[in-house]
Amino acid sequence: MSATATKPAATLPADHYLNAKYGLRSWLLTTDHKRIALLYLGSVTVFFFIGGIFAVMIRVHLLTPQGYLVTAETYNKLFTMHGVAMIFFFLIPSIPAVLGNFLIPLMIGAKDLAFPKLNLLSWYVYVVGGIFTLYSMISGGLDTGWTLYAPLSTVYSNSAVAPAVIGIFINGFSSILTGLNFLVTIHTMRAPGLTWFRLPMFVWTHYATSIIMILGTPVIAITLALAGMERLFHLGFFNPQMGGDPILFQHLFWFYSHPAVYIMILPSMGVVSELIPTFARKPLFGYRFVAAASIAIAVIGFLVWAHHMFVAGQSVYAALVFSFLSFLVAIPSAVKVFNWMATLYKGSISYDTPMLYALGFIGLFVIGGLTGMFLACLGVDIHVHDTYFVVAHFHYIMVGGAVMGYLGGLHFWWPKISGRMYPEFLARISAIILFAGFNLTFFPQFILGYLGMPRRYHTYPPEFQVFNVMSTAGASILAVGYLLPMIYLTWAMRYGRVAGPNPWPATGLEWQTASPPPTENFDTTPVVTWEPYDFVNRPDLGLAAPPEQRVPGDKDM
Amino acid sequence: MHRTGELYGQFETLEQQREASSLGMWVFLITEVMFFGGVFLTYTINRAIYPAAFGIGSNTLDLRLGGFNTAVLIASSFTMAMAVWASQTGKKKLIPLFLTLTLVLGSVFLGVKVVEYAQKFEHHLVPGRSFQIDAHIENQAQKQELEAAFAKDPDLNAHAQLYFSLYFGMTGLHALHMLIGAGLLLWLIRESLRGRFTPQYNTPVEVVGLYWHFVDIVWIYLFPLLYLIDRHK
Amino acid sequence: MSEHIVSPKIYAGIFTTLMVFTGVTVYAAYVNLHKWNIVIALGIATFKATLVILYFMHARYSPRRTQLVIIAGVFWLAILLALTLSDYLTRVTIHG
Repeated sequence: MSATATKPAATLPADHYLNAKYGLRSWLLTTDHKRIALLYLGSVTVFFFIGGIFAVMIRVHLLTPQGYLVTAETYNKLFTMHGVAMIFFFLIPSIPAVLGNFLIPLMIGAKDLAFPKLNLLSWYVYVVGGIFTLYSMISGGLDTGWTLYAPLSTVYSNSAVAPAVIGIFINGFSSILTGLNFLVTIHTMRAPGLTWFRLPMFVWTHYATSIIMILGTPVIAITLALAGMERLFHLGFFNPQMGGDPILFQHLFWFYSHPAVYIMILPSMGVVSELIPTFARKPLFGYRFVAAASIAIAVIGFLVWAHHMFVAGQSVYAALVFSFLSFLVAIPSAVKVFNWMATLYKGSISYDTPMLYALGFIGLFVIGGLTGMFLACLGVDIHVHDTYFVVAHFHYIMVGGAVMGYLGGLHFWWPKISGRMYPEFLARISAIILFAGFNLTFFPQFILGYLGMPRRYHTYPPEFQVFNVMSTAGASILAVGYLLPMIYLTWAMRYGRVAGPNPWPATGLEWQTASPPPTENFDTTPVVTWEPYDFVNRPDLGLAAPPEQRVPGDKDM
Repeated sequence: MHRTGELYGQFETLEQQREASSLGMWVFLITEVMFFGGVFLTYTINRAIYPAAFGIGSNTLDLRLGGFNTAVLIASSFTMAMAVWASQTGKKKLIPLFLTLTLVLGSVFLGVKVVEYAQKFEHHLVPGRSFQIDAHIENQAQKQELEAAFAKDPDLNAHAQLYFSLYFGMTGLHALHMLIGAGLLLWLIRESLRGRFTPQYNTPVEVVGLYWHFVDIVWIYLFPLLYLIDRHK
Repeated sequence: MSEHIVSPKIYAGIFTTLMVFTGVTVYAAYVNLHKWNIVIALGIATFKATLVILYFMHARYSPRRTQLVIIAGVFWLAILLALTLSDYLTRVTIHG
C-alpha cells in the first residue's frame, strides 16, 4: 500500500436498525436494544437539561452574597430538584441505559439482551417515574434536599414530597430491570470463545454496575416506601416524637445512595478503559487487575455508606469502622488509574476527541477521588461536612469523571450508533471548552468549602463573593461545552462523514459489524479466538502494521 | 425479537433460554431479599429499642390464625413443587391440578389475613389517629400486663403503634406479593390447560415456582417475628 | 435437559419436616428461654427457609452460579443488618 493511498470512501449499509421499520409505533414498541438505547438517550438528555436549568439558576442566584434571584424557600427547591434530576434521572441511567444497552449485546456477539421486552419496560418505567417527578417540580417543587432526610421530608416539609418520592421509587425499578438484564445477558449469552477474560473492560464494569443496581436499589425503594407511608399515614419510623429514629432513615437511604455513586462512575471507567487502549494503540495494562478492581469497587462500595453520617449522631465506633472502610474503597480505584497510566506509557497516542475526554477523566477523577480521602478522615470531615468542599468533591467525580466518560463514549461510539462521524475539529475545541469551564466552576468551590461556606444556603458572607463569581463564570463556559456536542452530534447523524464499520480502528466485536448495525447485530454469530485490545495480531481489522506505517485517515472540519 | 415455537429470537437454543430465565428469576428474587431486608432492618432496630411494646403488640395477634396460615402456605409450596414435578415428568393433566391447589391454598391464606386485618380494625389497632393499644382488653391478665407496661413506658401507645406499623407494612407487602403470585398462577393454569408445558419446555412453571417459594420463605420469617414475641408471658 | 428431577417422596418429606418445625417453633415460644427465644425462633426459621431453598427451589441441584447468587443475596442482607447494628449496638448514652 503506497504512502499516498487513501482509504476508499465508506458507504452506509442498505439495511440497518434505524431504517428497518419506520413510524412512531416501531420506536415506542420496539424491543431492539439499540432503539431502546436511543429512547433513553432522548429522555436522559431532557432531564440533563432540566437539571442544568436548575444549576444555572443556582449559580446566577449565588453571584451576590444576598442572593436576589429567588427566595430562600425557592432556593431550597432549586438545589433539591437539581440533585434529583441529575442523580436519579440523568447520571444513574446515562451510560448503562444508553451506551450499555446499545453496546453490550454487540460486544458479546449476541442478537439482543436476554430480556428485550423487560428492556422496553424499563424505559417506560423510567418515563413514568420521570412524569411523577416532573409533576412534583411543576406543582411547587421539592425542598428537602435530594437526600430527603426525615423527619423534614416525612413530617415538616410543605413541598411536593409525595409525587417526587413516588417518581424516584418507580424509577428505581428501571434501574433494577436494567441491571438484571445485563447480569443475565453477560452470564448466558456470550458468543462462542468469548471467555470472561476476553471480554472488553466496558462489559466487566457494567457487570459490576449491575451487581450494585440489583443489590442496592431495592433498599432505597423500601426506604422511600416507608417514608411515603410515614408521611401519608402519620406513622413514626423516623419521627422522634413518635419513638422513631431519623438516623435509621439515613442508614437505609445511604445504604443505596453510596453504592449509587459507583453506579455512576463504574460505567464511565469502563468507557475510559476502552478509549485509552484504542487511542494509545496498546492493550489495557493489567487487564485482570482492572477487572478485579471493578468488582472490588462494587463490593467494598457497599461497606462505606455511613461516611455520609459522621456528624449525624451515629456511634463514634461505627464511624471509625466506616472511615477505615472508606479508605479501603479508594484502593481499587487507584489500581485502575495506575493501569491506565501504564497503558499510556510508550503507547502511540493520538488526541482524537474521545481521548481528550478520557485524559480529562483521569485528571479530574484523581482530584475528586483524593478529596474523597480528605472527607473519609473523621477529623477533616467534621470541618468540611455540609460545605462546598463536599459539593466540589462530588462534582469532580460526577461531572469531571462520569459525564466526561459519557461524552467520550458518545463520541467514540457515535459512528457505530449513527453510521456517521462527528466533526472532529469542533469536537476537540468543545472538549477543551468543557474542561476549562468545569475547572473554573468547581475548583473555587474547594476553596470556598475549606474556608467555611456552607452548602444548601441561599446567602453567604460577602468575603466569599469572588470565588462564587468565578464559579458562575465557569458555569457559563461549561454550559457552552455541553451545548456544542448536543448540536453537532445531532447534525452529524444526518450530515456527518460516513464512518464505515471501524473508523478508529478499534478491536471490539462491535466494530466488526456494519455502522449502523443491522437489527440482529451480526449476520452470523461470531466465534472469538483473540485476546482483548490486541492491536498487533488483528490483520482482519487492518491492525497488523506498526503505528508509524499507518495511512492517515481523512479528517474534515 | 420474534418467537419460533417456544424459542425467542435473541437466544440460540432452548437450553440457553431456560438458563437465562432461571438466572433472571433468581436475580430478581435477591432484589426482593434486599427489598424486604430494609423493612426487616427497621423491625430489628425498633424491636431492640422497644421490646416490651413489641411483646404486647405481638400478643394481640391470633396465634391460631397465624399458625394455620403458616401451615397453609407451606402446603401451597408443596403443591407448587408438585406442579413443577408434573411439568418435568410430562404429567400434563396434573399440572393445572397442582397449580389450582396452590392457588386455592394461597387464596385461603389471603382470606384469613382479611379476617385478621378486620379484627385489628375493630380493636383500634390500625396505626393512625384512632390507634389505641388498650382499646380492646380480653382478660384481667392482659389488663395487668398493659398497666405494668404503661408504668414503665408512658409512651407505650406510640411504641406499640410502631409495632403495628411494621405488622401492617410487612404483612401487607407480603400479601401484595401473594396477589401478584396469584395472578401468575392464574396465567400458568390457563397455559397449562392449553397443554403448553412439556418436559422440553416448562420454564414458566419452574420460574413462577421459584417466586412462590420465595414468598413462602418471607412468611416463614414473618410468622415468628410478628406472632411469637413474649408468648411465654 | 439438564434439570434434575426431585421425587415427590422427597417433597413430601420436606413438607412434613416444615410442618413439624412450625409446631416446634410455636411450642418453643411458650417456654421462657430468655434471650434464647429469639435465637431459637430465627434458627428454626432459617432451617425451614434452607429446606425450601435447597429442595423446593432445587438449589441443591442447581449450577454453581445459582448457588453463588443465593449466597450473595444472603450476604448482602447480612451487610445491611450487621453494619447498621454496628451503629446501634455501640451507641453510648451520656448521662449528664
